[in-house]
This record gives sequence, structure tokens and C-alpha cells, in this order.
Amino acid sequence: MAANPMSQFDVYRIGPEIKVGAFDISFTNASLFMIISTVSILLVFNLGSKRNSVLPNKMQLLAELSYTFVAKMISDTAGSKAKPYFAFIFSLFMFVLFCNMFGMIPYTFTVTSHIIVTFILASFIFIGVTIIGFIKHGFGYLKLFVPSGVPAVLLPLIVIIEIISYLSRPISLSVRLFANMMAGHTMMKVFGGFVISLGLVGGWLPLSFSVALTGLEILVAFLQAYVFAILTCIYLNDALNLHH
Amino acid sequence: MIKKIFFQSIFFSFLFFKEAFAAESGGMPQLNPEFWISQIFWLILTFGTMYVVLSKFILPKISNNLESRKSQILENIEAAEKQREDSEAKLKEYDEVILKSKSEAKTMFNQTREKALKDIIAKKEVLDQQIDDEINKAEKEIEVLRVSAPDKINKIAIETSSELLEKLIGSGVNSSSISAIVDDLSKRNGDKYYGN
Repeated sequence: MAANPMSQFDVYRIGPEIKVGAFDISFTNASLFMIISTVSILLVFNLGSKRNSVLPNKMQLLAELSYTFVAKMISDTAGSKAKPYFAFIFSLFMFVLFCNMFGMIPYTFTVTSHIIVTFILASFIFIGVTIIGFIKHGFGYLKLFVPSGVPAVLLPLIVIIEIISYLSRPISLSVRLFANMMAGHTMMKVFGGFVISLGLVGGWLPLSFSVALTGLEILVAFLQAYVFAILTCIYLNDALNLHH
Repeated sequence: MIKKIFFQSIFFSFLFFKEAFAAESGGMPQLNPEFWISQIFWLILTFGTMYVVLSKFILPKISNNLESRKSQILENIEAAEKQREDSEAKLKEYDEVILKSKSEAKTMFNQTREKALKDIIAKKEVLDQQIDDEINKAEKEIEVLRVSAPDKINKIAIETSSELLEKLIGSGVNSSSISAIVDDLSKRNGDKYYGN
């Protein structure tokens, strides 16, 4: 069981079974790590915003650097119109980042390695962006599917491709994060298994691989959170500033 | 590229390990819908709570902190700029005062010098006048003396010669004849001794 590289993704109930109607909303290890991530985020940023000194302390610096980092990312990709959505994108980035990073601690559970979690986040973004687009531009938002400067012959094909690419956004967004996290964690587990099975004699090579992979996975954890947030910004940009 | 290698190695690990094969028969836990509703519920709950707390309480505070720091720094820079301008104006004023007092001192010095020079010239003139007067007086006295000198000399010569003659001869000699001789001599030699 321990050698099964997929067993780390098992979801199990903690405490009693809670049922609301036909729905099982029991507290699981996934719920536990969602709560741990959220509480850590709130703790870090609460500490970082408590005191306001001209020369910030470490926590304040961390909070303010994250704030300016996300603010710059949004203003670079989606412009100044995206300012009302700053809090959402900030929360999204931090949630994904903290879930990914907590998953890097051994024996923890990675919330974002579950397709359902990332899919819910991505479809919420997809639906929200679509609603924003229709509110801002009315039916003119459909012009998104008709790129300018395309020959009339190719237009039907292009429109179909554009619609498919638009509708596949939530899937690509969710699968990208989920697959990255799952693949990375599975890899680490597999190499960990190699270390045990090859023992003292041959285990050193996979161990060194494992160490390198840990570094890489930390990078991937940050990068995927960043990609998730920046893609959200790009989708938001499409909805706010119709370019096509 | 790296991801591709990852997936390939996962694939090979599935080939090499019996346990891995067993795992695959169990499938991915992610695709087991047993806890999907639970995960969705807890995700909405935690993420929603976090979003509300962050957007309502924490992010405004951070943005406030950043803004206030920015404005404070700007204010400080402005104050520093103002103080610099002030000090520059003061420096200018100081320079002006120094320049003014310098020129004042110069004029004062010049005035004093001129005054002193005038005084000196006036005093010198007075002195010159006095000296000239003295010289004139002295010259007049000398003139008087010079005019009266031959008579006195003649008189003395007459007295001396009458006494000498008295002693030599032993009897008085007519003084009028002696004075005639002396007068005659002095007239002959007087020009030799007294110029003019």
C-alpha cells in the first residue's frame, strides 16, 4: 500500500459522516488541508498588515511584496480595468500557491492534485469571465470569436476553432494544474520507492534524483500557481478589453 | 521536455513494479466521485471565507499601508526639497549681506582715507606756512644782524685797537683818527668778508 504511488491522493473521511440530503459533505483530509492553507494565508497576511511602519518588518515585507507582485501581474496583463477583481485573483493565486506548497511537505495531502478542485476553480473563473464579458459588451462579446483580418473563406473554420478553444479553457486550466501536481508528486513517490527497493547499495542515485525533484517540484508549485493566476488575468483581459 | 521525461519514467515505473501495476488497477483516486461533493463544498466554504476576509479586511489594510508609506515618503521628499530651497535662499541672503557689508566697509575705508589725507594736507599747509613764516622771520633777523654787524665790528675794532694802542704806546690816542682808519679798512675789506 505504501509503495503505491497513487495512494497519496486518496481522500478519506476524518470524523463522522456528514450528510446534507443526498450529499456527502464529510470532513476529509482534503478539507483539512484546504482549511490549513486558508488559515495560513489569513494568518500570514493578517500579521503582515497589522502594523504600518515606514521600514517594514519581515512579515509586512512578505505581505506587501506579494500584494505588489499580484497587482503588477494584473495591471500588466489585464490593465487598470481589472482592479475590482484584484482581491479574487490575489485569493486565487495565494490559495493555489499555499495548497501546492503544503503538498510539498512529506505525508501531507495536495488539494490541487484533485481534478475536481481545480475544475471547480477553473469553471468558476470561466463562468465569471463569460458573465463579465457579456455585461461589459453585451452581444458584442461574441466578436471575440471573430478575429479581424481573416479571409472570409477561412472565417467559419476560424470561428469554430475559436469557440472550441474558448469552451476548452476551463478544462485546459484545470487539467494543467491537476496534471502537473499529480505527475510531480507521483514522480517523487516513485523515486522514493526506488530508494527503498534498491537499498543502501543502489539507492543513492534515485535519492539524488529525489532531492533534485523536490527542488523542481517547489518551482513547479510556484509556477503553476502563477500560471493559473496569469491565465485568469488573460481571460479577464479578453472580457474587459475586447481586442479582436 | 522535462514533463515528458517525467511521464515516461512514471510509465516505466508502472512497467517495472508489480505494486505499481496493482496501483493502476485501483485507478486514480481523483476519478473516484465518492468525495467530490464534499471537496466542492469545503472548497467553496474555505475559499469563499478566505476571499471575503482578504478582500474586506486584509487587502484594504495592506493597500492602505502601501499608500500611506508612499505619501509619507513623498511628503518627506517634499519637506526636504522645501528645506533645501529655504537654506539656499538663506545662503543667498547671507551672501548678499556679506557683499553689502564688504562694499560698505570699502566705502567707509575710502572715506576715512580721503579724510585723513585731507587732514594731513591741511596740517601740512599750516605747518609749511608756519615754517615759511619762521624762515622769513629768521631771514629778516639775519638781515638786520648783517646790516648792523659791520658797524658793531668797526666799533669793537676801534675799541680794541685804541686799547691796544694805549697799551703799546702808553697814552691815549685820538679815537676819531682810529675810527677813520678802521672805517677805511673795513670799507676796503668789508666786501671780502660779507659778500654783497
